[in-house]
Amino acid sequence: MRKVEIVNRIADETDITKVKAEEAVDAILDELKESLCRGESVVLRRFGTFQVREKHARLGRNPKTGEEAEIPARRVVRFKSGKFFKDVVNGDD
Amino acid sequence: MTKAELAGRVADKIHLTKKQTETIVNILFACITDALKEGDKVELRGFGSFRTRSRNAREGRNPKTGDTVQIPSKKVPFFKAGKELREVVDR
Repeated sequence: MRKVEIVNRIADETDITKVKAEEAVDAILDELKESLCRGESVVLRRFGTFQVREKHARLGRNPKTGEEAEIPARRVVRFKSGKFFKDVVNGDD
Repeated sequence: MTKAELAGRVADKIHLTKKQTETIVNILFACITDALKEGDKVELRGFGSFRTRSRNAREGRNPKTGDTVQIPSKKVPFFKAGKELREVVDR
């Protein structure tokens, strides 16, 4: 599924135009991005939580050449799905 | 940030009411849960993709009683951050 299908469903289920719905979806994704960028978690009940985690530098290995390489410390986004979302995916809802 | 705060911030930017924006937020996340339920994946350019991953059946243990229990195989939702999101967050 891509953004256009989500936009179409919003336009179908509400009286919001496709143009406005797409603008809204873009703004929502931008807001999530900005929040994570500031290191702020996003908690969406039933759906899940997006958070930023600090990863320490560690020694990795290039799987192709077997050479060791330093993986620098970095910040990564982690998504933890909520119980409802997990249950739906497993058909337990 | 909670869903209500998200809707509030977005509503200010795009001149929709907070209620309309909250409806859109709800539909957006319902689309993602429904797609994964159907075994489909969702790709949102610049943000990331949602898909399911399979977990094999395994033996678990009830931590209270120490009994061995069989945990069946299952699917779990998985989010992979897109390149753009990975880059802005790590900056």
